[in-house]
Amino acid sequence: MSVAIRVIPCLDVAAGRVVKGVNFENLRDAGDPVELARIYAEQGADELTFLDVTATVDDRSTTYDVVRKTAEQVFIPLTVGGGVRSSDDVARLLASGADKIGVNSAAIARPTLIDEIADRFGAQVIVLSLDIKRSDSVPSGFVVTTHGGRRETTLDALDWAAEAIRRGAGELLVNSIDADGTKDGFDLELIGVMRSISRVPVIASGGAGRLEHFPEAIRAGADAVLAASVFHNRELTIGQVKDELRQDGALIR
Amino acid sequence: MTAKTVVVLDYGSGNIHSAAKALERAGARVELSRDRTRVMEADGLFVPGVGAFSAVMEQLRGVRGDELIDRRLAGGRPVLGICVGMQVMFDRGVERGIDTEGLGEWPGAVEQLPAEILPHMGWNVVDAPSDSVLFDGIRDERFYFVHSNAAQQWLLPPQSPLPAPRVTWADHDGPFIAAVENGPLSATQFHPEKSGEAGLRLLRNWIASL
Repeated sequence: MSVAIRVIPCLDVAAGRVVKGVNFENLRDAGDPVELARIYAEQGADELTFLDVTATVDDRSTTYDVVRKTAEQVFIPLTVGGGVRSSDDVARLLASGADKIGVNSAAIARPTLIDEIADRFGAQVIVLSLDIKRSDSVPSGFVVTTHGGRRETTLDALDWAAEAIRRGAGELLVNSIDADGTKDGFDLELIGVMRSISRVPVIASGGAGRLEHFPEAIRAGADAVLAASVFHNRELTIGQVKDELRQDGALIR
Repeated sequence: MTAKTVVVLDYGSGNIHSAAKALERAGARVELSRDRTRVMEADGLFVPGVGAFSAVMEQLRGVRGDELIDRRLAGGRPVLGICVGMQVMFDRGVERGIDTEGLGEWPGAVEQLPAEILPHMGWNVVDAPSDSVLFDGIRDERFYFVHSNAAQQWLLPPQSPLPAPRVTWADHDGPFIAAVENGPLSATQFHPEKSGEAGLRLLRNWIASL
């Protein structure tokens, strides 16, 4: 394998603005997603992910503007997730400049959404976003949740991921609800089991706090690492994470 | 010197706005079009392509893009195909068991990579010939790939006195063709418009060659 490990910063966007604190100096406007995207790209980000946490349909149209403006200035891949309910939503986001689309709860409610998107645009545009919690209610011990982890479904994470891949998901974004926000490191066991059942790339998410957490996730089987607050709060830079990965023997751009 | 004109073939496939912006950034005057005159008159034609081989071929034929590409190449007018826009230049593509006829500019089939993890997604290195125009001044850089299928053999024999095609290879659990420069027809399996500075430099090299 000679493809590089990817480091992906994630930005929450609502009504065209970055939400959740972003503490950068020298920003004209810390809430402008386009400017932040540009800075992360300059720091060496391998992709960018926008999570649209917009509540209303009106706000949604501002997200398309953000995607368009970002894609006009930042020439690295852009994934947009949040609120994607139909293949027409995907068409609009792709036309705005997104390269990949994250799907989550809408696909849980209606799994054929994945088939529809894959048939129309190819599997490579679909990132299945998984919010996973440890639970004894399912055989693997990992259950799929919705609403940011607040609601448990009856889906075993391994079964759901396998089904989604069969239907045409091209990548898995594996977010651990248990690890998210702890800064104690990724859920390595979860990454390992998801890797073992997946032929598509796996992105590890949730729990990054220190540099050594990133190579751990790669050794556990991740193809890419995603983080938000450690980058936004300037605790770690993209460059530091890539140096750490490189020293651990990973291939890095 | 006036800027070179590039038409991005607008036939319903791919992220054409990012491609157009990247080409502009690389110095071209860019237009999105499927109009025969505009396509024929441009200094360069950029052919994007995202999705299934069969769907891309259908969309291309729907706007007679196949004829436009053929006519340009017959007249020695430069064309650059990207991703599935490269794949369709081969004889045929086999995807999910469907065997689809391509444009047939190059012999051979585009088939699924024999890799453990697919799609091949991310930044990979390439092995370009030393006389490559596209990769001139770009060494040891990575480019962004996202695909599951590729041409894995180069079958076009040398046709003296024409210059030999320059073929660039990459590897994902096995070798595949990452780029071809063959007279007026060039193509890359990766996305230069999504490959940061390295990609912009490659586009600049292509535009300078028009």
